[in-house]
Amino acid sequence: MKKDQFVYVTYIRTTPEKLWKALIEPEFTRQFWANTAQESEWKPGASWRIKAPGDLVTDSGEVLEIEPPRRLVLKWRNEFRPELKEEGYSRLTYQLEKEGKSVKLTVIHEIDKEGSKFIQAVSTGWPHILASLKSLLETGESLEETREWPREACK
Amino acid sequence: MDAVFKALADSSRRKLLDELRKQNGQTLSELCEHLDMTRQAVTKHLVLLEKASLIAVVWRGREKLHYLNPMPLHEIYERWIGKYERHRLQALSDLKRGLESSAGRIRRGGQTKTKQKTRRKEKWRTRDRRSLT
Repeated sequence: MKKDQFVYVTYIRTTPEKLWKALIEPEFTRQFWANTAQESEWKPGASWRIKAPGDLVTDSGEVLEIEPPRRLVLKWRNEFRPELKEEGYSRLTYQLEKEGKSVKLTVIHEIDKEGSKFIQAVSTGWPHILASLKSLLETGESLEETREWPREACK
Repeated sequence: MDAVFKALADSSRRKLLDELRKQNGQTLSELCEHLDMTRQAVTKHLVLLEKASLIAVVWRGREKLHYLNPMPLHEIYERWIGKYERHRLQALSDLKRGLESSAGRIRRGGQTKTKQKTRRKEKWRTRDRRSLT
């Protein structure tokens, strides 16, 4: 099947447990992921959403696979940009592997469609978010430009 | 970061990255088809690119797929360019592309409708951005 797929790999000096928490708990995500929080019961089949400030649901979906602190697969659809929402559900995989004193984090975002605007749109966001996550876990501080929800994105 | 610069300091390896930019997620055989290199040479270059984390490998069954990994270049960007205003840099790079592509059109003459459309779109984008700055 034809699909669009982007892969991001980053090595973070931390433990898989800490990285797992940082990826899903609001206390952490608010610092490196544009002040957003994720809501889910974190079990297979549970619904999942990202909320930006002002209760704006930006993305939603479902937990497909969960195996803490190694693997998380989410069904994921944008909810606030109609042209992206109409592309339907994508699939996001986080894979955490311990390598020496670091964790290799692989993020795969894919959709069963070619020329996806959604995959293109997230492809500029992921490197920022992941670089900030790395900075937060290694230095205690996230990157400044990733701490607030960008105003122009709220249209 | 040494590994990244070392990996980039070779035109064949940059060409491999360009191939993946055109079509992400290729196998070794697919990559070999478009390049004038032996399979052994491509394999050697891929190992270096993977060590530098410039490409990421994903297994699909027994197939090894190669993907561009933007993270190391993003770190370089954050370190030396991040402090500059991104929108102005983007406007400058769009302007360069816009001007160079219209010059190319005069030289090349005939082209397909889609190409013309993309060029026109690019020009509009350039104009929009310029009005913002």
